[in-house]
Amino acid sequence: MSASALLATTPLHPRQQPGAAASVALWVFMGVATALFSLFAVAYVMRLSANDATAIALPWQLWLSTAWLVAGSVLLQQAAWRAHRGLTSRAAMLAGGACALAFVANQAWAWQALLGARVSFIGNPAGSFFYVLTALHALHVAGGLVAWAWVQRSSDLAAWRVTLCARYWHFLLLVWVALFIVLSVIDPELAARICGSR
Amino acid sequence: MANPAPDDHDEELHEPTSFITKYVWSQDHKVIAVQYASTAIVVGLVGVLLSNLMRLQIGFPGQFAFITPERYYQFVTMHGMIMVIYLLTALFLGGFGNYLIPLMVGARDMVFPYMNMLSFWVYLLSVIVLMASFFAPGGPTGAGWTLYPPQAILPGTPGHDWGIILMLVSLLIFIVATTMGGLNYVTTVLQARCEGMTLLRMPLSVWGIFTATVLALLAFPALFVSGIMMLLDKTLGTSFFMPALVSMGQQTGYKGGSPLLFQHLFWFFGHPEVYIVALPAFGIVSDLISVHARKAIFGYRMMVWAIVIIGALSFVVWAHHMFVSGMNPWFGFFFATSTLIIAVPTAIKVYNWVLTLWRGDIHLSVPMLFTLAFILTFLAGGLTGLFLGNVSVDIPLSGTYFVVAHFHMVMGVAPLLVVFGAIYHWFPKISGHMLDDRLGQLHFWVTFLGTYLIYFPMHYLGVLGMPRRYYNFDGYKFIPQSAHQLNTFITVVALVVGAAQLIFVFNLVWSVFRGRKAEANPWRAASLEWFTPQTPPVHGNWGPHMPVVHRWAYAYSVPGAPEDFIPQNAPPGAGGIEPEGESHVSSTAARGAAT
Repeated sequence: MSASALLATTPLHPRQQPGAAASVALWVFMGVATALFSLFAVAYVMRLSANDATAIALPWQLWLSTAWLVAGSVLLQQAAWRAHRGLTSRAAMLAGGACALAFVANQAWAWQALLGARVSFIGNPAGSFFYVLTALHALHVAGGLVAWAWVQRSSDLAAWRVTLCARYWHFLLLVWVALFIVLSVIDPELAARICGSR
Repeated sequence: MANPAPDDHDEELHEPTSFITKYVWSQDHKVIAVQYASTAIVVGLVGVLLSNLMRLQIGFPGQFAFITPERYYQFVTMHGMIMVIYLLTALFLGGFGNYLIPLMVGARDMVFPYMNMLSFWVYLLSVIVLMASFFAPGGPTGAGWTLYPPQAILPGTPGHDWGIILMLVSLLIFIVATTMGGLNYVTTVLQARCEGMTLLRMPLSVWGIFTATVLALLAFPALFVSGIMMLLDKTLGTSFFMPALVSMGQQTGYKGGSPLLFQHLFWFFGHPEVYIVALPAFGIVSDLISVHARKAIFGYRMMVWAIVIIGALSFVVWAHHMFVSGMNPWFGFFFATSTLIIAVPTAIKVYNWVLTLWRGDIHLSVPMLFTLAFILTFLAGGLTGLFLGNVSVDIPLSGTYFVVAHFHMVMGVAPLLVVFGAIYHWFPKISGHMLDDRLGQLHFWVTFLGTYLIYFPMHYLGVLGMPRRYYNFDGYKFIPQSAHQLNTFITVVALVVGAAQLIFVFNLVWSVFRGRKAEANPWRAASLEWFTPQTPPVHGNWGPHMPVVHRWAYAYSVPGAPEDFIPQNAPPGAGGIEPEGESHVSSTAARGAAT
């Protein structure tokens, strides 16, 4: 018997049911991404405590971005529920992905607004961190969209795949909300107080 | 159990059908392991060559005109980074992790074979980018392996232009590769263990590699963050790490950046990195000792917990690398304390290795020689770590050769001895041939004795106050002539030890083709990887029937057993159940009797 036939006929252990490994891997990846953004947040606080940092006014478009991500998260969760009940989930999946695309476009709009307000990439660390953190988050959204597009390609739109997409969308939303809070609340003054440098 | 959907199976069907898919774009964990290990060994030989070149300058200053100060610093930097990241990390996780995890836990392969393949090719790309810096204008970076800003990206430091950019890009690519590999290793351990293989029946090698992988997944992001920010400082002119300063008489555009922030991020990665290479070594050594002393590892569960606790503590000791950066004394006190605390679980491991040897049936095979050498070397390096963990002792010593001797013993040579021991141990399974024993003995004795001849005198040079990182020592009156002679001696030995590694490489290549044919289980080991139907194992590892495990991997010299080892997958009646399992069985039996 060929090895591929063996792979196909060997009964699977419960831990090896479809999607179980992918689910664990996604949790682990979310852990890695959390470490990455947390370290960036710590670096942000430490760097902003220096006396050359000045607070920047965040563009209003970020609220719209947040709304897009919330909508995407809700829609994908709905898609996951529908898939688990055996109902068609394609429309909700498509809408959820479209919200993520709209989020990325909206972030670009926010960048444009900030650049228009003469907050450049260099000069003020608050601005530098804003651009780096939003770009890095958008990259994670883009990665999610690649996975989402790949799931769209599969013929059956298996419930576990939709559920994992939904989970990652919730994660992207949580990271964004955390970043938004850090960027809005921690200004140079507060950062300096946290670091004890003022 | 429900059968998976057809397209789910498609993901698992990756049987090679041509030379290209079998040996080049392979998704088989064993081939990927060999690809990882071969690349790491080749790049490691470059690292050895660089160390010999820098030793030529220290031993025979001024006699080799091509070793300019710039090149010297480039050799030092590239040697350090290659050995720590591209050799040791890649070899332990990508090489041994890939080969051993599926075989030791009884899986057919990694759970994501395609991503596993990508992990290797992305790693290779990172190596190519790193090596490309040798040919870039200005050469590779000479910033020191820690790449501290501001000097790393300023004129005056060799390779400040292309060299540092290629180094940072290479590191970022390497981290992507490690993350892809790491997701696979962790998920395979958690999800793909065969029936009966509980977490607390896994060999300690798997525990070491698993915990090190978790460390890598959580620590490498710190290097990623610092790498991105330094790259932006260099290329776009941000000031994350760069303070306002004058360089070459010109005011730079930087202002307000914090070099100390980089140090924190770097060492938040850098210290766990020590354990990313040490924990797999700890695990592998435990297995090698047990097999070659024909005795169960002493305190298996204690060993598992020690690995996990060391891993956790490794995240709260990073600032002991920064005692000389100027910090609040309470901060230093905290990190000195946490550093000394980590010595406790580490010492437990050393005691348990020694207690495993105690009254064991010790076979001085080549893997065992390397294992014993590891214990001694790790002990020597660990003890000097206790010196350096104390702020007041560290400050005068940290700029000297004492530190060079310490970290080479504890995280350079010690893990490398394990690498050698492990290759001699598992080579028969990997290739189906034995490595030549006489060449192995020769390689061992030259490497082991040479190591001590190189690094023991360096402690003395350090206590003497001999500064590290210096290109030459002309005009330093406090350094006696005898210290220079000692340096010449060290260089000669380093050249001999460097050349001796070619014996090892020759042995590897020769034995693959001409080595004595290996039996399926030449060391009479009990762990699962030795019980594949074929040696070397074929694609899918286990043939028609997946293994079922009934005991731990340390059933050696069990009284009453017909042989002095009982395979993990032998029927339950063969005995040799782990102590905790036995007490569970007997308490169940007692309950049964009572009812």
